Formats: sequence, structure tokens, C-alpha cells
Amino acid sequence: MIEVEGLTKYYGRSPVPAIEDVTFRVEKGEILGFLGPNGAGKTTTMRIITGYFPPSKGTARVAGYDVMEDPMEVKRRVGYLPEHPPLYNDMTVEGFLDFVADIRGLERSRKKLRVGKVAERCGLDDVMDVRIGKLSKGYRQRVGIAQALVHDPEVLILDEPTIGLDPKQVVEVRNLIKGLAGERTVILSTHILPEVSMTCGRVVIINKGRVVAEDTPENLTARLRGVRTIFVEARGPADAIEKVLREVPDVKDVRNEGSEDGTHRFVVESTLEKDVRAQLASSIVSGGFQLLELRPVGMSLEDIFLQLTTEEGA
Amino acid sequence: MRGFFAVFKKELHSYLTSPIAYVLAAVFLVLMGFLFRNLVMQFNAFCLTYFSQAARFGGQLPELNLNRIVVESFFGLLGFISLFMIPMLTMRLYAEEKKLGTFELLTTSPISNLQTILGKFSACFVLYAGTVGLTLVMMGLLDAYGEPDWGPIVSSYLGVLLLGASFVAIGILASSLTENQIVAVAISFGALLLFWLMGWASQFASGGLRKVMEYLSIIDHMEDFYKGVIDTKDVLFYLSFTFFSLFLTAVVLESRKWRGVR
Repeated sequence: MIEVEGLTKYYGRSPVPAIEDVTFRVEKGEILGFLGPNGAGKTTTMRIITGYFPPSKGTARVAGYDVMEDPMEVKRRVGYLPEHPPLYNDMTVEGFLDFVADIRGLERSRKKLRVGKVAERCGLDDVMDVRIGKLSKGYRQRVGIAQALVHDPEVLILDEPTIGLDPKQVVEVRNLIKGLAGERTVILSTHILPEVSMTCGRVVIINKGRVVAEDTPENLTARLRGVRTIFVEARGPADAIEKVLREVPDVKDVRNEGSEDGTHRFVVESTLEKDVRAQLASSIVSGGFQLLELRPVGMSLEDIFLQLTTEEGA
Repeated sequence: MRGFFAVFKKELHSYLTSPIAYVLAAVFLVLMGFLFRNLVMQFNAFCLTYFSQAARFGGQLPELNLNRIVVESFFGLLGFISLFMIPMLTMRLYAEEKKLGTFELLTTSPISNLQTILGKFSACFVLYAGTVGLTLVMMGLLDAYGEPDWGPIVSSYLGVLLLGASFVAIGILASSLTENQIVAVAISFGALLLFWLMGWASQFASGGLRKVMEYLSIIDHMEDFYKGVIDTKDVLFYLSFTFFSLFLTAVVLESRKWRGVR
């Protein structure tokens, strides 16, 4: 749905590019998280995809249309929420959504229906007649999301959609975005890590204008460590269990994490390529021990993020 | 076309829901009323002196021309006050969009710069035309108590509207150059004053330069309208002035792409 190839952008006469050789793809119905610290080039990339300005080098295509060659076709298909929601303070919410539907080229016959639907979905029903300038920050952000959705776009580009919201509103917005998966293709930028693991199917991490990693949140965690970590809880003699676990092929390391009333917790590390969970389970059971719990442990994205960005900086 | 109407409606709505338009229109009309009153009183005084002189020295004198003394000066002053009023109406048109970030909404929407420019221009022009239209009341008063010639009045209105269109276009161009409304006012006011004084300046030039300066003098083209003459040459001057300014605005907006600004 979205193909970005070798995007590079220089601002003015600056010799340092804001982004350099950024390449990624987003499939239809996917939610892509665009993760990076402030100033990494997230907004720049998004502005190129939305046709706000052209890249210095490279191409971006949305639904097969090049943003440089067919900007109107691209703009018709994209809903965009910039970092600061573009709102006219002197308009009412309804008047504003109406205006956006008009300039985004939504068919007249569908306008009323869409405005109503979007208002309901974003929880704006009660404030339709209120002037935008009088709304609280949370409502303003919702109006921002509503304006990006009103023309029923195939692609949604959201720049920091939860910034400046209180925790309750953040949860609401995230649920709203999650609800869009499948029907729409979404790119979501953020510098807040939990947001990505909570809402996105895939992550592109960008730092200093370059893509430094791209994968699912789970795989990224694994790839970074080069190992797969599995948590095991079992009942029986600790030494015997540990011995059995070590004998499973591809297991690299077993750590005893403590015991309580004959229940022991182990952290097992295996190679990335093999999934040893089935083997672990059957070994424990056939050894005559009781298996209580067995689950993969991911490294928190926060750690990955720190690691990736600091490595890049060094 | 739809984008044009959407922008037009939005801008007009924004003018009419903010106090700016009302305050400016009120100030404009109060000033025009004040000037109109002065012109009529002046005409009155002229008449008294004129006829007492005629009575004293005898003989037949031609009648004093109400159009020359009141109407022509009235529209001359109207144009001058527009010079102050219009930059204040146009200053926000692009500068505010840039400041609020809504410019990003417009540029990432499938409407052309031309549509937004024309939408904004039309909204501002309609507001100006409406305000100027209210001065018809004064012309009505003139008609009730005197016998003005309506031909020059009608052509003067046309002239003043064409002049206003050029002012609005310059104002929009200035507003597209900056995100600061004060800067926009300063630029448009300065540019308009420069064109206003061009006729005077042309007296101190010679040859081709003088011709160019005379042609660019934005008020000299009004003379014929005041006298009741609608000359295609003058109409074309104001129309091309307007279109050229709007064209430059489009160039400024497009230039954002190749200048590589944020």
C-alpha cells in the first residue's frame, strides 16, 4: 500500500540531510509504528508521503501512485494528522469536519453520513456545535483524528497522535487506532515505546534520519539479543529439572531464578532459529516433573530502543 | 471548483464570526460618513459664496457641479481609506494558516493552490464590496437633496471595486510571504503606498521609465472612472494587476517545494 524508497531530504542549504535513504513498505491493513527520538526525521518522512513537500531524492508511492507525479491521487487517499492538529479555532466541530470533507473531495452524498459516523467513532457527538477554540486538549486531538478519517481514506498517517493527552485519553486514542487495523493502512509515529508494542504490528525505528531496524515488536526483541528467552515454572527437584532442561538440543543456557514450596522458576535461552518450547515441555513431563508454566519472554521495547539509538550514536 | 467554494465559505464565515470585519467595516463607514458630511458642507459653503458673488456682480454664472465637488472627492477618499483598510483584512489570510499549522491541512488536501487563492480572494473581495456597497446610502441622500449625475457614480463604484480587487490581491501576496500578520500588513501597506505615489514619482523621471511609472500609478487609472468614463484600458490595468499579484502568490506557495523549507 505504501512504498517508500531511498527517501532523502535536505532542508534549505543545510548539508546534513534530515532523513537519508529511508526505505520501507507498509502492506494493506497493517499498522506500522514509526519509532524514533525527537528530531529523528519521523515528521519529515510523513510530510513527504502526504505530499506536503517533495523529497530531495527517492520516491514514495501510495496505492501505486507516486507522490510527486500524482499528488492529487495520493492526497485523496490519505488522511493525515500532523503533529499539531490543524484546527480553525473559530469554527464549530461540525463546520470544520464539513469543510475538511469538502476540501478532501468526499462525495457530497456521503458527507452527512461520514461526518456523523466519524463524530460518533471519535466521541465528538456532544461537542459538534462547540467552537474548536473552546475545546480541551483531548477533544482537540480527537477532532484532529476525526478530520483525518472523515473522507474515508485508505491510508492514515498519524504524527504523534497521543502526545499531550492524559492517560485515559491515551488509552482511548490507542483503542481507536487499533480498531482501524485491517480496514485501513496506518502509519503512526511516536517516541513513546509502549504505544508501539500496544498498537502496531510492525515497527520501523528511525534515528538521526536513518532507518536502524524494522520488524515486528516481538522479533525485534529477539533479534537484538540473538537469543530466544523462555520462562519455565515447574515442580520437582531443582537440580534434576535443570539437568533435563540443559539436555534439550539448542538450549544455550538455563538460569535458576528461585524457588518457593518446591516450585522452581527457570529462564531458558535458546538459539533464535529454533523454537524449543515443545521440546522443553515434553522433556519436563517425561522426566516425571510437573510443568506449571512455560512462556516466551520478550525484552521490553524500551531496552531495544535505548540500545539501538545509543549504538547508532556511538 | 468544490474546493474553491469550501475555502470561500470558510473564509467568509471566519470574517463574519470574528469582530475584525465588523470593526473595520464600522470604522470605514464612520470615516466615510464623516468625510461625506464635510464634503456636502463644503459644497454648501461654496454655493453660498458663489451665489452671493453672482448676486453682487450680476450676470449669469454656470451652475456648480455637485459631481465634481462632492462625488469625485468622495470616491477619491474612499480609495484612500481602502488603502488602510484592506491590508488589515487580508493580513490573516495566509499568515494565520501558517501560524496555526492549518496550512499543512490545505497543502495535503487534494485541492490546488489556485483554488485556495481564489477562494480567499473572493471572500475578502465580497466583504470589501459589501462594505463599499453600504456607502450607497450616502449617494441616496445626495440624490434626495440634490441632482447628482448617476453615470459617474456608477462608473466610480466600478472603479473603486476594481481598485479594491487589486489591493486585496496585493494583500494576499504579502500574507503568503510570512507567518506574521504584522509583517503582512507592513508589506502590503508599503507596497500599496508605493503604487499610490507612483504617479507623483513619475514626474521626476524621463523617457521609458517615466512611461512605465505613469502606467503603474494605481490611482491615475481612476480618473476616468470618476468622470463617468469606463475605459477598457483602465479596466484591463486593474484586472491584470489583480491577476498578476494572485499569480505571484501561487508562485510563492509553490516555491515552498523547491526551496526546501520546513
